[in-house]
Amino acid sequence: MTQDLVSVTIDGVTLQVPKGTSIIEAAKQAGVLVPHYCYHPALPSPAVCRMCLVEVEKAPKLMPACVTTVVEGQVVHTDSAEARRARTAVLEFLLINHPLDCPICDQAGECELQDYVFQEGRGGSRYGDYAKRYNPVEEFGPDVLYVPNRCILCTRCVRFMEDVAGSPVLNVSERGDRAYIGIDPGQLLDHPWAGNVVDLCPVGSLISRDFLHKARAWELDKTASVCSGCSQGCNTMIDTRDNTVVRLRPRPNLEVNRHFMCDHGRMHYRWMNRGDRIEAPLVREGERHHATDWDHALQRLGALLGSARRVVLLASGAASVESLGLLRRATRKATVTAAVQIPMAEDPDQPLAGVPNLALRRERAPNGAGARLLGYTAGWDEALNAAAAAEVVVLLDVALTEAEARQVGATAHLILMGTHEGQVLGSAELVLPVTNTAEEGGCFVNRDARVQRYQQARQAPGMARPAWWVAAGAGGGDAATAAEAFDLVARDVAALAGLRHADLGLTGRIAGAAAPAGAGA
Amino acid sequence: MGYPHPSHPLERPLLSRHFGDAGARSFDGWVKRGGYQGLKKALGMTRAQVIEEVTNSGLRGRGGAGFPTGLKWSFMPREVTRPHYLVCNADESEPGTFKDREIIRWTPHQLLEGCVVAAHAIGAERIYIYIRGEFTTEYRILKTAVAEAYHGGVLGANVFGSGQRIDVVVHRGAGAYICGEETAMMNSLEGRRGNPRIKPPFPAQAGLWACPTTVNNVETLAAAAHIVREGAAWHKALCRGNPRSTGTKLFSVCGHVQRPGNYEVVMGTPMKDLIFEMCGGMPMGRRLKAVIPGGSSVPIMNAAEVEDCLLDYEGIVARGSMLGSGGMIVMDDSTDLVYQVMRLARFYAHESCAQCTQCREGTAWTVRILERILAGKGRREDLDLLLDLADNMTGKTICVLSDSCAAPVVSAIRKFPEEFEAYLSRSRAPVTVAV
Amino acid sequence: MSGTATPGAVHHQPYRPVFVGEGRTALEALFPHYPTRQACLLPALWLVQEARGWIAPEAIGEVATVLGLTPAYVRGVVTFYTMYHTHPVGRHFIQVCTTTPCSICGAEEVVRALLQHTGCGELGATSPDGRFTVIEVECLGACGFATPLLIDDDFIEGVTPERVAGILQGYK
Repeated sequence: MTQDLVSVTIDGVTLQVPKGTSIIEAAKQAGVLVPHYCYHPALPSPAVCRMCLVEVEKAPKLMPACVTTVVEGQVVHTDSAEARRARTAVLEFLLINHPLDCPICDQAGECELQDYVFQEGRGGSRYGDYAKRYNPVEEFGPDVLYVPNRCILCTRCVRFMEDVAGSPVLNVSERGDRAYIGIDPGQLLDHPWAGNVVDLCPVGSLISRDFLHKARAWELDKTASVCSGCSQGCNTMIDTRDNTVVRLRPRPNLEVNRHFMCDHGRMHYRWMNRGDRIEAPLVREGERHHATDWDHALQRLGALLGSARRVVLLASGAASVESLGLLRRATRKATVTAAVQIPMAEDPDQPLAGVPNLALRRERAPNGAGARLLGYTAGWDEALNAAAAAEVVVLLDVALTEAEARQVGATAHLILMGTHEGQVLGSAELVLPVTNTAEEGGCFVNRDARVQRYQQARQAPGMARPAWWVAAGAGGGDAATAAEAFDLVARDVAALAGLRHADLGLTGRIAGAAAPAGAGA
Repeated sequence: MGYPHPSHPLERPLLSRHFGDAGARSFDGWVKRGGYQGLKKALGMTRAQVIEEVTNSGLRGRGGAGFPTGLKWSFMPREVTRPHYLVCNADESEPGTFKDREIIRWTPHQLLEGCVVAAHAIGAERIYIYIRGEFTTEYRILKTAVAEAYHGGVLGANVFGSGQRIDVVVHRGAGAYICGEETAMMNSLEGRRGNPRIKPPFPAQAGLWACPTTVNNVETLAAAAHIVREGAAWHKALCRGNPRSTGTKLFSVCGHVQRPGNYEVVMGTPMKDLIFEMCGGMPMGRRLKAVIPGGSSVPIMNAAEVEDCLLDYEGIVARGSMLGSGGMIVMDDSTDLVYQVMRLARFYAHESCAQCTQCREGTAWTVRILERILAGKGRREDLDLLLDLADNMTGKTICVLSDSCAAPVVSAIRKFPEEFEAYLSRSRAPVTVAV
Repeated sequence: MSGTATPGAVHHQPYRPVFVGEGRTALEALFPHYPTRQACLLPALWLVQEARGWIAPEAIGEVATVLGLTPAYVRGVVTFYTMYHTHPVGRHFIQVCTTTPCSICGAEEVVRALLQHTGCGELGATSPDGRFTVIEVECLGACGFATPLLIDDDFIEGVTPERVAGILQGYK
């Protein structure tokens, strides 16, 4: 192994990195961020912004850190006077045509130009009284706007569409300081993965219409999550402002989605903010539901689940491993028919051409694989039919059609663990408010059996609790946190054996391939 | 079509020997004048022998960089496992330079002969001649010559019965100075924007379509055939100055001289001889102010530096500039240097490919400051600003276009401060850019 | 300023494909010269401009189709090279060099004479009779023979303001 490593010293830190590593990536490992614009780890490097020029001892001039690979014994200074001077110059050049419209720019607060200018740009402009280059805003696609005046020609968007999406609808047009990002007049930036260009843009030149004017970056709280749009399980960041989800963005996971997510997933968040929520446990007395407290509700639930011999579980494909698992534990004495509801798209998978095994999948739920691991394997109709002979039917975050409701409500005790009022059935004996994905911590298992954690991004409404907490309180086991719930579930399920919540990290582990505890990362 | 001057006694016409002789243009005419003997000799030698001969001759690239030609050829892989390409750089676009055009115009077969010699040396079966789009006449002449060469057995499946296949494709540019840079030229040939590429990889490793590629200037290739024919020692002996600069060199002289045109002299000839003897000096009553000796991308020389300068790679460096392409822009004392430096900067701003930040923004900004000075609105600190921008534009980018913009600006401010001072002090009437 | 021509007086005609019949033959003759279709882009664009005088948006689409590229890609390339016209131009397209070597020999005077005698009025504009478009270009590579003009495919050297009217006579 050692012959494949080279030793390099960056800003005084000596470390070993694999041969072929770029200085910019080696620097990251040394804890040094070399400022850059055109470089992006998921795209080919053109080395055009010239922001990442660093001093390499014995080199005749500054070298671009993004395309210069480390060699044995190399000594790099990213913060020498000469390197700083070069960066300050690039920032000054970029600013001569970049408007100082930060107060009205969506990118402000998360703008790499703003950040670096603040960090080491010049205090004032030497450009003087010349007019800046001006071009009108263009609509590139259904969600993407191009503000050419802010563009710094880093070409990340062009390279993403050409090299990653395999759909070169963007270009660099003209040359010199007249250059701009162009689109063919007959085409739209409407590729199913096009929204990534907004994330890739280091400045506020490509912006999302959906997010436009919704929030300033510094008002956002960020929470690591997993996309619930399909079974791919792209890692995401949920951005909330004042407890409202305003944006989803991809979170890098080289094993699943690299740095990307599709537009379907990106826009799949409004349901998280629904207002028509069930806010208190309800019990049916006669024809009407009455609010009650959790102690009473859990007691009723425990009694029903504990005594039933035949139970039917109908669960959403977006329910967590913890919820699905503890529900099984709470009903372990009964004969259970469990099914999971997964919407299927009519369109085929919509892949991102440049990334292997990454696509918007037909299976439009995040935890179908997890549900199947946990025994939710009955067909939907089969489970509905089984309800006729069951004593208890539990609905977990699903909305039944009228016909389905008649079918399941005819004989059995019907329990709804639901998120919103549209799911409430008059015939339900217990209606228990549960949290949605954004309001709880938990795990999903993606189509490749990767178990991935997501975290709570917003407060739950009213008295809503995670479904695993409800199931735990009704005999599912002793769990006070999602982590404890997961570990309880993992003990029972062969495929999850050896996996502990604490080991999942933020990029997940493959079920069935877990290393024994203590074997190291 | 400009007509060449009769040869001056101080010249040593070798490449230019048949300039003005329309009979030399055809295949038969070229053969009659001893043409294609160098190629025949080369085909009888191994690849390594040809490279050795050229290396020993001391020939250096005539396009601007002055890189040793034989060494460049030796970088090509010995084993031909993928296609090797030779690209002939006929994109002559460096302001002040018009020598390659004349070689193609009068002696297209001289160029083809050199091309085939080089292709043989580097193991290339295909040669692309990239000619700038504006050279409409030369394009037609070259196309005709290529057809004749196929007919005459110089090109095609069996070059002069050697069993070797060599093809030539003439490829027209379409208006982009930067395509004269070798990696930009390769991108342009591949059907892309003419953006220079990052090096490494170097063309000999991964050039056209990622295959080993050598790019040589027209004049360099033309000289190679003569070297093979006459031998390395003969070429090496063509030297009046530094022994590292050998052979003859075509200098294009333009601007304020009595007889502008192309002059071929032995390396090391005094610059004064060229300007004052061969070209007849300044127009009547005028005195020399400045010379840009190597195409517009090199520092400007003042009259004192011209005085004892020798025309070779080292001689011009010793006098504060570079030989470059040998395109010499001569300016007399009527010249407004501030205005001309602005013109040059405008050229580079227009031609910047837009990739690197310093070049894209810096060239355009430089123009604006110079225009402001010319308009009589300059500020004292503008000169420091120009110098600082020039420094920020030098040695920082993928190619040297932005360095080339900076060089004349810096040298003009340093060597001719009074020209700028006249505008800054408002003692000279403002000039608005005419067109 | 230098650069490509601005929209002129020439009216849009319905688009006729270039690469049919003889045009197709000319295109296919390029293919063996290059290992990729993409590399045929510059020559193919020349074929379009020779046939139609300019490169219309529809032509960009046609070139993209025949070479297996996208229109956006082709447009990016077309706009890089200043000799391709993305707008219709006059019947005769005049390029005049004003870079330093020509500038010091009086190129600006030649430009003024051209604008006056063609009736174009300004650089990049087409004369009202649709006869001429004049643009200023950077170095034409004939610095020793200032000032050079490129009128369509004709390279004319040593032009002085006095010669302009006479030269234009030859272009109806």
